[in-house]
Amino acid sequence: MSDKRSMDPAAVEMLKRAEEMHLSTAFSRAEEMKPCPIGADGRCCKICNMGPCRLVKEGQTGICGATLETVAARNLARAIAAGASAHSDHGRDMAFALIAVAKGEAPGYEIKDVAKLLAVAQDMGLETEGREVEEIALEVGQVALSQFGQQRGELIYLSRAPEPRQEIWRKLKLAPRGIDREVVDILHRTHMGDDQDAEHILHQALRCSLADGWGGSMIATDVSDILFGTPSPLVTKVNLGVLKEDEVNVVIHGHEPTLSMAVVDATRDPELIEYAKSKGAKGINIAGICCTSNETLMRQGVPSAGNFLHQELAIITGAVEAMVVDVQCIMQALSDLSDKFHTKLVTTSPKVKIKGATHIEFDEHRAPEVAREIVRLAIDNYPNRREVHIPEVLADLVPGFSHEYIRYMQGGYYRASFRPLNDAVIAGRVRGAAGVVGCNNPRVCQDEAHHYIVTELLKNDVLVVQTGCGAIANAKYGLLQGEAALEYAGPGLREVCETIGIPPVLHMGSCVDNTRILTLLTEMATEGGLGSDISDIPGVGIAPEWMSEKALAIGAYFVASGVYVLFGVSSPVEGSEEVTRVISQGWEEKVGGKLEFEPDPGKIVEKSLEHIDKKRKALGLVEYDPSRFGRSGDRRMQEWLERREKGEPVSLYKEAAP
Amino acid sequence: MSRFIATRAIRGANRIVQEAEDLLEKALAEHGPDTKVTFPNTAYYLPVILGLTGREVATLGDLKPALAQAGSLLHPVPRDQLWTPYLGEALDGGVATLLAEEAIMGIKYALGEQPERLDGYPDLVTAGGEGYCNGPIDDVQLRAWGIQLVDGRMPGFAAIVGAAKSNEVAVKIVRELQMRNILVFLCGNVNGRSIIHQLLEEGVELGYDTYIIPFGTDTISAIYPLGFATRSALTFGGMKGGQAREILLYNKFRVFAFVLALGEVDDLKYATAAGAISYGFPVIADTVIPEILPTGITQYEHVISMPFDDIEGQDDLERAERLVQKCIEVRGVKVKIAEIPIPVPYGSAFEGERVRKDDMRIEFGGKKARALEYLLMRDPDELEDGKIELVGPDFDEVEEGGAMDVGIVVEVGGRKMQKDFEPVLERQIHYFLNAAFGVQHIGQRDIAWIRISKMAADKGFRLKHFGEILYARFKGEPWNSIVDKAQVTLITDPEEMKKWLEAAREAYNERNVRVAGLTDDAVEEFYSCTLCQSFAPTHVCVISPERLGLCGAYNWLDCKAANQINPTGPNQPISKGECLDPEVGRWSGPEEFVYQHSNQSVEHVTMYSIMTDPMTACGCFECMVLVIPEANGVMIVSREDPSMTPAGLTFSTMAGIFGGGLQTPGAMGVGKYYLTSPKFISADGGFKRVVWMSSFLKETMPEEFKAVAEREGVPDLIDRIADERSVTTVEELLPWLEEHDHPALKMPPML
Repeated sequence: MSDKRSMDPAAVEMLKRAEEMHLSTAFSRAEEMKPCPIGADGRCCKICNMGPCRLVKEGQTGICGATLETVAARNLARAIAAGASAHSDHGRDMAFALIAVAKGEAPGYEIKDVAKLLAVAQDMGLETEGREVEEIALEVGQVALSQFGQQRGELIYLSRAPEPRQEIWRKLKLAPRGIDREVVDILHRTHMGDDQDAEHILHQALRCSLADGWGGSMIATDVSDILFGTPSPLVTKVNLGVLKEDEVNVVIHGHEPTLSMAVVDATRDPELIEYAKSKGAKGINIAGICCTSNETLMRQGVPSAGNFLHQELAIITGAVEAMVVDVQCIMQALSDLSDKFHTKLVTTSPKVKIKGATHIEFDEHRAPEVAREIVRLAIDNYPNRREVHIPEVLADLVPGFSHEYIRYMQGGYYRASFRPLNDAVIAGRVRGAAGVVGCNNPRVCQDEAHHYIVTELLKNDVLVVQTGCGAIANAKYGLLQGEAALEYAGPGLREVCETIGIPPVLHMGSCVDNTRILTLLTEMATEGGLGSDISDIPGVGIAPEWMSEKALAIGAYFVASGVYVLFGVSSPVEGSEEVTRVISQGWEEKVGGKLEFEPDPGKIVEKSLEHIDKKRKALGLVEYDPSRFGRSGDRRMQEWLERREKGEPVSLYKEAAP
Repeated sequence: MSRFIATRAIRGANRIVQEAEDLLEKALAEHGPDTKVTFPNTAYYLPVILGLTGREVATLGDLKPALAQAGSLLHPVPRDQLWTPYLGEALDGGVATLLAEEAIMGIKYALGEQPERLDGYPDLVTAGGEGYCNGPIDDVQLRAWGIQLVDGRMPGFAAIVGAAKSNEVAVKIVRELQMRNILVFLCGNVNGRSIIHQLLEEGVELGYDTYIIPFGTDTISAIYPLGFATRSALTFGGMKGGQAREILLYNKFRVFAFVLALGEVDDLKYATAAGAISYGFPVIADTVIPEILPTGITQYEHVISMPFDDIEGQDDLERAERLVQKCIEVRGVKVKIAEIPIPVPYGSAFEGERVRKDDMRIEFGGKKARALEYLLMRDPDELEDGKIELVGPDFDEVEEGGAMDVGIVVEVGGRKMQKDFEPVLERQIHYFLNAAFGVQHIGQRDIAWIRISKMAADKGFRLKHFGEILYARFKGEPWNSIVDKAQVTLITDPEEMKKWLEAAREAYNERNVRVAGLTDDAVEEFYSCTLCQSFAPTHVCVISPERLGLCGAYNWLDCKAANQINPTGPNQPISKGECLDPEVGRWSGPEEFVYQHSNQSVEHVTMYSIMTDPMTACGCFECMVLVIPEANGVMIVSREDPSMTPAGLTFSTMAGIFGGGLQTPGAMGVGKYYLTSPKFISADGGFKRVVWMSSFLKETMPEEFKAVAEREGVPDLIDRIADERSVTTVEELLPWLEEHDHPALKMPPML
């Protein structure tokens, strides 16, 4: 069932239903409306009221004289600042939640992962010996919070990066001073009549992005782990088929785990389950969408109804009693769409209201109460259900790969390290590593680029880590299972996967959890044998179907950390050759990483492998040669056992029949 | 892991932990929690539990928390489909298995069920007793092997689990390992048959002396090799109990061991192997099992399967040889086998093997004949390299079990050869000849005593083979860096023998005079020995003519020769520099050197004092000297002495406390020949301070100590020194010393 809108049969089925019902979706709107050609290339300046200026002719400037590169750079920098502020604000909320929990003011929450709390406290340089957990948690929360308003010095988490990387940041004045300060700095310098040197503007964009990656996002990840547990692998399911025909379906969508965890708890409340039964449902089913789903998938194994572009499709099943949203990536279209069904759209964040939605404001000080109110609302809505059409499409996946677990899985409690992974890269069993992350974008066929790029990389023995909607994308096609290693991975990668028992694609969390990838890269750089800095590692970062400003912030902080980053779809700075040069060549000279936009997934794969091989060569590693690997694993043992079962003659001392 | 292996390892782990818990419950119910649990002759409690958990298990009751910790490392077996990762979990299971296995052995010792008795094998004689398997290797033996493990002469150990395809293969495998000086640890069985049975049936001599240690015929006894590995880290690495990660990594990088699984591998074997892998020890099987080739936990491949019949080779013996070669390759040890054209196997594992009178073809020296060995330096131009000459008849005419005279004269030359190196090289003859299978060598100079077994003679071993051995070894590494040319003459002709005996004796005398004149004041340079830094990173031996290395293996001349052999090696000349304090023996050169080479952790060092900045102690010292303030003197305990001392500590416990590169005023590890030096703690009053000394020392060096006593002006001094036969507590010591009028009591206070 090929369809240019989505490679996901569940999506295609729902899109067909949408057509039948004459419903508009992001897919249809994308078909109806082409991107604004001026804005798409970064040629539009609407920073002051002398414009908006459209710089479409050769050498043309804005009213103020701003050149195309200044305009494109300012637009990109502002997008990065917006992305960084979204992640970081998420981190700030988590810090507030931690403080509330530490003070005993947040019923329903606890310090679930004391070991992580202590590790974070130590990284922050805090005393842990002989102190109460709550006391430490309070101080960790306060230090985390202080990072946002800090004005001078540098962010505390920078010290987690490899030493040479820290040196580069300091030398180039890229070390962020405070999270909020770097965002405000960008808003200021991109105001009319300020910084008008593209390279200079983009330099600050890097600094701001670092305040996200090694600041706000990292705080968000750490505090989430402290409050809800550091993920470790578990088995769960993905796609619209996880919705239940005979149960109350609550779909949680957005990003912050504070709300979603409380809702998950509420759906497991026996009293509410009884209440649901009283309304004729068999129970309460909870499923996630987008990164809220990733948070609950990673920790509780709550099934995922799908990624970003599934938000409307879930409602179109007619089976969703309530879609509960908090922040980021929530389409306003949900409001109108849910009106066409019985679905209640519930907004919860003080920052996010959508016209037409029910607003039940979330407050971590009374989370269980709010969550129960929301679930009750969903239950009450169950009798209003009309026709239901749930695609019978779903897949299994094994998520839960925090960097802590990745370390553990390579040696157990006593021998945990990154040695096996580094060894595998050094030997050439694993050619390199790729982080394939980011969104869905209806401008390209849903999931197709994610799937194509990842399967190609696997074939070439590149270990893939994923987060966000990209992870959910490939989970839908079975790539996030141990079995996938046997089917999709090249011979060397298969051996490594089989040794550890991992899928060839590791799901590392939501989009704020891209910081886990930073930590993973740091561990690889410091383990030994792969240089001493992140930029030495044979690896790439790819966002094949990106759409949000957060994706740009993530891309930028990976570049600033030394990674070659490739974005698909289209370039927001296409119009300016100079800006295109600054963010690739220019940035590479400065920080060792570069940002490129490459719409062709085939070329993304090509460039990735080329870059990985380039880095391998620079490290003096053996040339990648898959023919040397693939001997180990269970296969030949299984064949031997099968022969024995069939009653054929076998000898323990002989592999083949004697 | 592969899923197949992980499944079995985790299943095995769960089962053995349960088994240990059941056994413990039963033992607790029957004998009570205060029942003592100890392994014999070790200061390390149950060493794996001590090392990995920090728990000092001394009673049955202490085992409970240890097993609870094992339980916390257990995981469910991986699913058949949609599995979650299993490597970390299986390795955890492996560690849990080891904790449980050691607990089981601890309980069995408490119940008198270990070491294992093997009925029907009267030839089995081990440290565990006659007819018994060995049980854990004792601390004394571990330390005795220490220097060989440190300097690489003994590359490591092979833990063989199960039974070989045939007795013939079992013997071949073991011989191949012996030839490479690899310790062979035996355990486990396949359907009741163990390689221990196989070797005993073939008359292979087992025990410490032959490097083949039978631990037990069950898999659980594989815990003893891992206890040995753990104690290596504690003993030589200066690690403390509970430093699990450090101990495991120490083994990964420094202890070259591997597991050879012979025959079918069951759950418990997989589980135990998973434990061994955490130590960085790879597993090689001679049957079809899944392979794990990616590296990381171990330095090279984790699990290798070499189905025995698939190994290329003309016959099973050749296949066995290839199997052993692969094992060594996987551990990444470069083991060179000396290619020596003699008809018997050769390797230092054969050094300790005895030739009993009944097995003897002939002896040279001893009561009935004389054997002489003499190495001298010659102008290389006068030498015919490789010439091996027999002057006189071979032993064919001598009756079986008889004796004859032999002289072994080795003439060497080379640009870097020095007269001073003659005795250093000559001393090697003992090791070189002893390493031939079927040859036993004792003594040196003109009191050497050599036996050749019937087996060796039957295989064609003759006198010229002594020449082959000596030529090959002196022309092999590392000696070839000073020996360019060598020739060997074997003399049985009485006239010729007489002539050489005179010449040799003259040379011995000259050497004695030379050595006597070699004092610390007479030389400009001391030598360092940092060989042990691979084990104890802050330890630096400063070796002077009057103070040899604390392991006893390197004196000043040895170091000088070693420095010629390897100018950038662990033996570096240390210019004495300015004398800062002649009494305690403090020079600016050694002070600076030790500071620089101890990772700047040892700032000061003296040569002649135990009280003021004494030298650091590694782990393989021959004796421990410890101040007894109450007696105003010192006690000396030798590593062979397992008994309690007046310090309230045994040698092993002391070594654990003071070893590992630490500097502790009042405590010092020394080589036993330093005890006889005029500079022995001369700053603190010298040998007269010795109030207690292991009888082993008194008995093995009676002449030397007699001379010391005379030098010190108290001819019966040795009789006035207490030992473990008379005194084992400090309370007993004082009256004993008073009764014997020990001079230390009248000396100025030590403190």
